[in-house]
Amino acid sequence: MAKLDNQTLIGHLQKAFGSDISSVEEPFGLLSIQVSKERILSILAFLKDDKELQFIYLTDITAVHYPAQALSIAVVYHLHSLVNNIRIRIKVFLDGAKPEIPSATSLWNGANWMERETYDFFGVIFEGHPDLRRILNVDEMEVFPMRKEYPLEDPNRVDKKDFFFGR
Amino acid sequence: MSELRPKRMTNQPIFEDNDPQDELVTLNLGPTHPATHGVFQNVLQIDGERIVSGVSTIGYIHRAFEKIAEHRPYYQITPLTDRLNYCSSPINNMGWHMTVEKLLGIEVPKRVQYMRVIVMELARIADHIICNGILGVDTGAFSGFLYVMQEREFIYEIYEEICGARLTTNIGRIGGFERDFNEVAFAKIRQFVKRYPPVLSEFEDLFNRNRIFIDRTSGVAAVDPETALSYSWSGPLLRATGIDYDVRVNEPYSSYEEFDFDIPVGENGDVYDRYMVRNEEMRQSIRIIEQALNKIEQEPKGIFHADVPEIYLPPKEEVYNNMEALIYHFKIVMGEIDTPKSEVYHAVEGANGELGFYLISDGGRAPYRLHFRRPSFINYQMYAPMSRGMLLSDAIINMSSLNVIAGELDA
Repeated sequence: MAKLDNQTLIGHLQKAFGSDISSVEEPFGLLSIQVSKERILSILAFLKDDKELQFIYLTDITAVHYPAQALSIAVVYHLHSLVNNIRIRIKVFLDGAKPEIPSATSLWNGANWMERETYDFFGVIFEGHPDLRRILNVDEMEVFPMRKEYPLEDPNRVDKKDFFFGR
Repeated sequence: MSELRPKRMTNQPIFEDNDPQDELVTLNLGPTHPATHGVFQNVLQIDGERIVSGVSTIGYIHRAFEKIAEHRPYYQITPLTDRLNYCSSPINNMGWHMTVEKLLGIEVPKRVQYMRVIVMELARIADHIICNGILGVDTGAFSGFLYVMQEREFIYEIYEEICGARLTTNIGRIGGFERDFNEVAFAKIRQFVKRYPPVLSEFEDLFNRNRIFIDRTSGVAAVDPETALSYSWSGPLLRATGIDYDVRVNEPYSSYEEFDFDIPVGENGDVYDRYMVRNEEMRQSIRIIEQALNKIEQEPKGIFHADVPEIYLPPKEEVYNNMEALIYHFKIVMGEIDTPKSEVYHAVEGANGELGFYLISDGGRAPYRLHFRRPSFINYQMYAPMSRGMLLSDAIINMSSLNVIAGELDA
């Protein structure tokens, strides 16, 4: 086990994709890279199909909202190479007004609900997804609740007001 | 009346395309059907007893934990994790504590790590008891369920000794436990280790070679390893297909690398294999608890938390009599501990699979973003596709063997 370390892994990726890979970090030993949305699908496919890397396991897809940034939505992929026992985190930053990214459902069936959940909470449009509907929230909802501008609860509620200590 | 609910109806699954002569029956399995063991719905299209297609609708108990977590200090998130997989809350609690400890760089003493291992393995046993017991009930055998439920009750008594609660346990603090295990707790754990294996053997005697049980489960809902990996399955379900992926071994946390235990794997990935894998995992958990009890004997007594006064709440009498303790108490309760600006992914082996916590901290009192990788949610998405062509009664058995916990499904 653990034949592969982060240095070798990033070497492989940079040989194949060169300057497409930016802001390489290793927070707590987990290699974290950033790519553009044009290259994300080819990088995922490369990681999955490469005979040595074998990132066959899609652990998770989620998103993060950074309202202060120009590209405000970050879609985060966690992949796991079970054979080499190593994980990688891939981030793609998208325009918050029109967050569109190719769907990974062609590579993993399991990406289906993960992407639906991400769409449900952040409004990320996964192009090519077979069934991009809301999954946990009600269908009538018109907002994307995990975005930072959406309040946790209505600030004008009076029933929870405490006249001595505020809220 | 019709204009009140038009939007909802348009998003409901409509099965027109494959039923031109209107011969198939649409059946709502759930959300409150007893066979679903939780609040989630499957709209099935059935031809006699055979399922033609199905659509899963989930989210009935979605409680927006990820949103709430962005507004709570770290220590107040532990009760939220209780309510993910409420059949094995301690694993979620410990996973969350370890995630924050990883972020803050806290090294927890060995004795605490072993205590955590004990609690987590007890929770794993309790969860597997539920799953396999209910599987027996769904195949028509009620008595096995009663034998093991009594033992689950005993595990809950151990929880009560440790933390006072039974179901939503909220065990521990960031940095350790809130109190040491008392003598009664240790005695009960030792008693449980002794009395559980015979009960489990009795349970297995009822089922393992039972003709009816084998006929109902063997070969039902068999999944090959490639499909399981493609759907990101984890935990006992993935191991039943023959892939030996266990987070406890691949990325050991809480000193799991020091323990000697086996990972059971199945062969066919059918319901019977899942049942056998879960049974064997309970035996291995007992082995782990025995070793942990022995290891605790070697450690100095009375240590139940790390020495991190800026994170761990001081005892109450200290707060009233000691200036530093008062300051720390205030800072912790007001959520003003300093956290590094970073992000961390930490996974533990939950009872249903890889339970991951993806935490992004911006240095504030609450997480900037917290995402739970919930195994039930990810395992369950295969249910509707794999039910296609299955008998309705097989689909029910399949659902109980997936062990979908609605709290973890919806977060």
